Amino acid sequence: MKRTFSILIAAYSIFCGVANAARTDIVVGMQLEPPNLDPTAAAAAAIDEVVYANVFEGLTRFASDGSVIPALAKSWEISEDGLAYTFTLQSGVMFHDGSVFDANDVKFSLDRARADDSTNAQKQLFAGITDVVVVDPATVTLTLEKPNGALLFNLAWGDAIVLSPDSFDKAKTAPVGTGPFIFSKWVQGDRIELSRNTAYWGEPAKLDKATFKFISEPTAAFAALMAGDVDAFPVFPAPENLAQFDADPRFTVVVGSTEGETILSTNNKQPPFDNKLVRQALAHAIDRKAIVDGAMFGFGTPIGTHFAPHHPAYVDLTANSSYDPEKSRALLKEAGFTEGFSTTLKLPPPSYARRGGEIIAAQLRAVGIDAEISNLEWAQWLEQVFRGKDFGLTIVSHTEPMDIGIYAKPDYYFQYDNTGFQALITDLEAEADPARRTEMMQQAQQMISDDYVNGYLFQLAKTGVANADIVGLWENSPTQANDLTAVHWK
Amino acid sequence: MLRYILKRLVSLAMTLLVASIIVFLVIEVLPGDPASYMLGLNAQPETVMALREELGLNASKPVRYFTWISGLVTGDFGISYTYRTPVAEMIADRAVISLPLAVYALVLSTLIAFPAGIIAATRRGSAADVSIMGFSQLGVAIPNFWFAMILVTVFAINLRWFSAGGFPGWETGFFNGLKALTLPAIALALPQASILARVMRSSLLDTLGEDFVRSARAKGLSVRQTLWRHALRNALIPVLTIIGLQFSFLLAGAIIIENVFFLPGLGRLIFQGISQRDLIVVESVVMLLVFAVVVVTFLVDVAYAVADPRLRSR
Repeated sequence: MKRTFSILIAAYSIFCGVANAARTDIVVGMQLEPPNLDPTAAAAAAIDEVVYANVFEGLTRFASDGSVIPALAKSWEISEDGLAYTFTLQSGVMFHDGSVFDANDVKFSLDRARADDSTNAQKQLFAGITDVVVVDPATVTLTLEKPNGALLFNLAWGDAIVLSPDSFDKAKTAPVGTGPFIFSKWVQGDRIELSRNTAYWGEPAKLDKATFKFISEPTAAFAALMAGDVDAFPVFPAPENLAQFDADPRFTVVVGSTEGETILSTNNKQPPFDNKLVRQALAHAIDRKAIVDGAMFGFGTPIGTHFAPHHPAYVDLTANSSYDPEKSRALLKEAGFTEGFSTTLKLPPPSYARRGGEIIAAQLRAVGIDAEISNLEWAQWLEQVFRGKDFGLTIVSHTEPMDIGIYAKPDYYFQYDNTGFQALITDLEAEADPARRTEMMQQAQQMISDDYVNGYLFQLAKTGVANADIVGLWENSPTQANDLTAVHWK
Repeated sequence: MLRYILKRLVSLAMTLLVASIIVFLVIEVLPGDPASYMLGLNAQPETVMALREELGLNASKPVRYFTWISGLVTGDFGISYTYRTPVAEMIADRAVISLPLAVYALVLSTLIAFPAGIIAATRRGSAADVSIMGFSQLGVAIPNFWFAMILVTVFAINLRWFSAGGFPGWETGFFNGLKALTLPAIALALPQASILARVMRSSLLDTLGEDFVRSARAKGLSVRQTLWRHALRNALIPVLTIIGLQFSFLLAGAIIIENVFFLPGLGRLIFQGISQRDLIVVESVVMLLVFAVVVVTFLVDVAYAVADPRLRSR
């Protein structure tokens, strides 16, 4: 009996040892479940977090450092006048259902995205495209209305992925793409399972199986990691627990950058914020360090304009809105508000907004501005603030990459209307020379910083937790994605 | 009796009709548009209009109400706005977790409460009674989500006997499913058991003081025989009422526990539906729960009438 038992134990430990060494699956935790799996049909970041670069690919894609690299397009040529882009496609690419990928699929996908009845959430990405021409099965040409320096960047978004005309209508529930992983199962409310695409045209994935598990409650996310139910949580929802994970040798804490500029959005058309002095007073009343420490547990980089600090063209303009309550009070006085004033501060659900809002309200109170907080759900926020423009102040993180162009839309919810800035962005879009583009982006940053359009707070950090034996997860978040191609176990 | 049942049925139908109108109106007045929620911050107005058209949101309210209600009557719950899958399928997927969880919790709470309540009542004032009442006081006072987190810390994180949550699916085996529901069921059962034990105790004490119990004893039955044959049966009526109420609560009211254990049940479906303004899902699930409660009430009414003939004439 005793012997049988010890043999069993030995067998068990061998089994476990083998199992540990050979783990080829991963369970990735996410806070929100995607509403569907078609990145061309909704804005939810959770869709890209599952399918981008895993299941679906476009002509170009983002690399982990944010640069744009070839994907389904092997190479491209740009005509002299910048009005025609000719893409040479990868050969031997197949969709997961076995059909062959060619230029017709590219044409179909781009035409669908820019059609009149398109429900693409980022339709503006395709705005300048006048025609998509199939030259031969491996070559496709895009013609543009005017030069567009951002075209290759735009085509790298999840909203620009290539679908097949035979299977596009299934993309919402059973996506068929060309990527290194094949969609296998979706248990709604619980998890999505992907498996390795053995017929992948490029470098194949190292994992056999990947599961995305949806855990909305921060305490449950903590427990799931601790109990080993989840191997990695790339965007961990409870920053207060990060120190504990950091101290635990079983886990690694990964702190990276995101494209999320978190701003105190200001209604530029609503008095008294139509007065630049008042907006400048707001900027000087805010202590960014205190907000990052208090609301984000120290994770986040203070910003002085609407631009990502890790971008090569970033200019540090935080000094322009330095924390100076004295100056703030003086500016308010100059603007005619000796007694201060009251306004509304409408907060959407994320913790950066709810916790940050309390701190900002206290800081504003110190200079005499009484900001009345109301907490809104996302749907309410979209209705009241975003569409209805019925707000004084709000806090929101703009997570789209390179989105300074929103300041050139006078009817965008914060209603900044500066024709000089709009002209600059139009020129920037048409400019293809990298050096000139950098210069213009810097000029744009300076302009909105000097105009104190919004209170620029901080760049959202990406704080993730993973099992210490996992290698290859994205540290940064150039787009909201979890590219698992290179992920493997030590 | 037949007339009584018919009358009850008519009132059941009326209740459902009125409830459906209220549910529809209340949910429709929620501010927020599902199409703009789905398309996010960069969407262009014409894209939102195109999606609203696709989802059928541009039709007038009465038209949409009648489409919805006529669908419900024929068993067609419509298509979810966000997931684009039939609502009936989604409900079925979630019910295979919520329903067993509610039953499991109810069984556990009954198994704890009955002996506890009986012991406390029959040994009134004893140490057992005092400690049972003390524990039940604690059980009512402890919030169940907090108790759930303690269970997770002890049994999932430290001992690793259970998963911290999630549901592997019944297809992986009955015991795997049952195991996944065990911690949530305990967390749900504890406060229910505490309430039930207190009701059981006081109801049994009341019955034990009744004349018929004294007659039974005088007739020569032992204490035990009196308890099992006469007192307990009569004491059960209020207890069963409470169990009925608890079941409908457990079916819909496990939202928080479902979140703590990330179980994909009905509660989380409603929760997600509300935040995404997936109105058709919320309306249909709420209506289904209303239906369940109304039917349970109807059955209880009928059962009362069977038990007590005086009720039939009313």
